[in-house]
Amino acid sequence: MTVTPMHFVIFAAVLFAIGAAGVLLRRSGISILLGIELMLNAANLALVAFGRIHGALDAQVFVFFVMAVAAAEVAVGLALLVAIFRKQQSIDVDRLNVLRW
Amino acid sequence: MVTVVFCLAVVVGIVSAVVALSHRSPVVNVLSLVVTLFCIAVSYALLGAEFLAAAQILIYAGAILVLFLFVVMLLNAPEEQPAKEPRPFQRAAGLLLALLAGAGGVAVLIGIQVAAPGVQVAGDARAIGRMLVGQYLFAFEFISVVLLAALVGALVLVKRKH
Repeated sequence: MTVTPMHFVIFAAVLFAIGAAGVLLRRSGISILLGIELMLNAANLALVAFGRIHGALDAQVFVFFVMAVAAAEVAVGLALLVAIFRKQQSIDVDRLNVLRW
Repeated sequence: MVTVVFCLAVVVGIVSAVVALSHRSPVVNVLSLVVTLFCIAVSYALLGAEFLAAAQILIYAGAILVLFLFVVMLLNAPEEQPAKEPRPFQRAAGLLLALLAGAGGVAVLIGIQVAAPGVQVAGDARAIGRMLVGQYLFAFEFISVVLLAALVGALVLVKRKH
């Protein structure tokens, strides 16, 4: 068996499904953010694999930008979690059932 | 050789991803995701993207997941308790949707026929750097504004009100 870029794309699809399951099933806010990180990484891996298939370097530049946006996203998301924890003493998303406090 | 490394990366990556999103303890979740991200970095290296493999380890394992660990320890986050009101229907629907995303993705991707031949592109830092400050200069500058906005936003969100 030779490894083709398509194998990496399928690996990425499996990782994406695991991340989606984590986001949909977990109730801890930190786990949900971790699931989002995993989904972003799976998308990055698929981008690099497709870039390899097409022989273009642009995909790797896009992945670099996605990494930067993911870093920004996680900083704001974790700050939100800290703010929520100060109000609720919990990061269980089931308890976030009010529109204002 | 490549096949062995790829299979190892896939098996370790998927197992640690499942652990990362199913274990109760938040610290185990974060540390297990580090292993998955290392496996993705190995995949980047196998695909010829050496710069991205290094950036993946530096940015994700080095910065983002350390930030996660800081927050887990700052909040002293407890282990996830069993739900007070279990919702079997919602759990089943969530699992089904995730499976659909994975299976649908695989089904669509297997059917793709790519005309272009697999050309080896140099994924070294020099080529990517040239593109970043050439063709993608505006996006490169704009991403710094996005990061600055995230920095200020995070500070405002965690600031204690007096």
